[in-house]
Amino acid sequence: MLKKFITTGLAASLALGVSAAATLAAEVKIGFVTTLTTPAGVIGKDMKAAIELAVEQMGGKMGNLDINLIIEDDGFKPDIGKQKTDKLVKQDNVDFVAGFIWSHVLLASRKSALDAGKFLISSNAGPSPIAGKLCHKNFFSTSWQNDQTPMAMGEVLNQQGVKSLYIIAPNYAAGKNMSAGVERTFKGEIKGKDLTKWGKDAQLDFSAELAKAKASGAEALFIFYPGKAGGAFIKQYQQAGLEGKLPLYTVFTVDSIALPKLQKAGFKGVLGSRMTQFWAPDLDTPQNKKFVSGFKKKYGHYPSFYAAQAYDSMYLIKSAVEAVGGDLSKMDEMRAAMKSANFPSVRGKFTYGNNGMPIQNFYLREVVADADGVWTTKIVKTVYTNHQDPYAKDCKLP
Amino acid sequence: MDTTLLFIQFLNGMQLGVLLFLLAAGLSLTFGIMDFVNLAHGSLYMAGAFICASLTFWTGSFLLAVLLAIPLAALVGLATEYIVVRHLYARDHLDHVLATFGLILVFDTLVHIIWGSEGIAVPLPGWLDGQVELFAGVIFPTFRLLIIVSGLVIAAGLYFLVNFTRLGMLIRAGASNRTMVSALGINIQFLFALVFSLGAALAGIAGMLISPISEASIGMGNQIIITAFVVIVIGGVGSMKGAFIAALLIGLIDTFGRSYLDTIFKLFMSPVAAETSAPAVSAMLIYILMAVVLAVRPQGLFPPKARG
Repeated sequence: MLKKFITTGLAASLALGVSAAATLAAEVKIGFVTTLTTPAGVIGKDMKAAIELAVEQMGGKMGNLDINLIIEDDGFKPDIGKQKTDKLVKQDNVDFVAGFIWSHVLLASRKSALDAGKFLISSNAGPSPIAGKLCHKNFFSTSWQNDQTPMAMGEVLNQQGVKSLYIIAPNYAAGKNMSAGVERTFKGEIKGKDLTKWGKDAQLDFSAELAKAKASGAEALFIFYPGKAGGAFIKQYQQAGLEGKLPLYTVFTVDSIALPKLQKAGFKGVLGSRMTQFWAPDLDTPQNKKFVSGFKKKYGHYPSFYAAQAYDSMYLIKSAVEAVGGDLSKMDEMRAAMKSANFPSVRGKFTYGNNGMPIQNFYLREVVADADGVWTTKIVKTVYTNHQDPYAKDCKLP
Repeated sequence: MDTTLLFIQFLNGMQLGVLLFLLAAGLSLTFGIMDFVNLAHGSLYMAGAFICASLTFWTGSFLLAVLLAIPLAALVGLATEYIVVRHLYARDHLDHVLATFGLILVFDTLVHIIWGSEGIAVPLPGWLDGQVELFAGVIFPTFRLLIIVSGLVIAAGLYFLVNFTRLGMLIRAGASNRTMVSALGINIQFLFALVFSLGAALAGIAGMLISPISEASIGMGNQIIITAFVVIVIGGVGSMKGAFIAALLIGLIDTFGRSYLDTIFKLFMSPVAAETSAPAVSAMLIYILMAVVLAVRPQGLFPPKARG
């Protein structure tokens, strides 16, 4: 009797649940995969802050739909990232999967999202296979392809008359892309290259690599160390006395995540250091002003480029949702809307290539103290105008 | 071959080695004498780093901060022993692993609550932040040299403590035969607490010394503790001498692997393959060494005498 009662109750509540879900369709579900734990969690925290700011500025709505944001932590591991993506598409049945800091996590997770027929939006990672052979019509990036930023740096090195270079980068997909990128455009000699252990137990002491770089006789040093490894590298570079002897050129290493800590500890050596980037807090576009001032007001510090990209992801999704008047079954129309890149971006106007990667400008930035004495980066000059990644030609999409 | 570079890499290897020794010494003491597996030893290393980082900003001097932080790190060890570890001696190793794994989570969360998730960069005083020229052409960061010197001084102090003092005699006796020591009327409870907090202080010092190089960050100990376990397995559990020699050996192997393996690999494979495989293989070198030692000499290179 009791058993039957429970079964009936369960069935009834299940039925209710289903109908409730049906009437709840007036929302857009966005899954966001990032890193919130491990020391790399500081990056995810910045991205989370940016998307929450975006949701707040949108008034919690995209068109007539409520925004339902589900944020997942990949723990800096490809396998966990894939599990979380599976969970987002199967259990939560989200409409968009966005986020992804790490190239290896995105490579492991892409199939889960794309095979389920979802839109996949990278808010940071841009590994070469996804731009080339593995390109997909439902993939869009609000960042860049990994090679592009270091390619711009190679160009800067040529312009500065640097004849030889030493490269140090982490041993994973993006580290190899970054190194390949600078080698693609740099015309001088590569004196040597070190790839270091990366991941949850990443190498953080670079004594051996710095000694090799110094002994190599190279004129300049190029590095790529995102997150906390960047700050550690710059400190050790300074402690090894390489300032002025072996000028340092970086990509994705010195940003508003590393700078406050370096400033607090008084590492003045980083002032004046130069890097290439698609964006800077002082980039003069209306959306960027709204973003940077809003972010600083809400959180009390400068946003990082990770935050800028995550913020853009939300506005890209919004443009798709609004183009179909909230009817999320119209995949083709939503895709066309995103492809036109017709949304207010922090980087200003840009277009999408056939592979869903932005065709955009790249700038040379420099670390300076702002009017309040806070260390930040500012644009020195434009290196590339409307630059497309070199893998787009391997992509079969029209 | 460039001998200057070779010598600098030797010093870099020594610096990594003495840091590993400071960690492994405490681990070896607790494991060898108390038969206690302490996975949370890395958390004591992290605690030392964070306490020292805060004190550096508070006092304005890194050296003063280290002097103040050492007794505090020992105190953290003492408290951990009193609250958790003491109740686990009678249990088996699996319980130790479970409980100290829990301790890692507790320590990580405590640090998260107190210091936040960002980590702290620790500034050095100007005279330590520079470089010294040891002899013609060999320029080495002053602070790394200080790590080597202080590590060797501490190792010498431990050598004296273990071999020429009454406490050291008890420690050696405990490592050989625990039951006999307590049967002879030694307050084993007190001895254990002392040894545990000594280990905590040593781990704390290692954390303090590394924080100006990388930084004080959550989970920093969980990465290095695995290497410290490799050190005591190679050196022989419970042996100070073994821990010292194995730590330097591993420091040198790791550093030389990172420095020269890609050059060696390029002799017989394509540059691209060498660049990619060398870091992976050099990360494996110490485990390969451990496997060889375990196969040839399972008790480690320098096991304590008459263990039973």
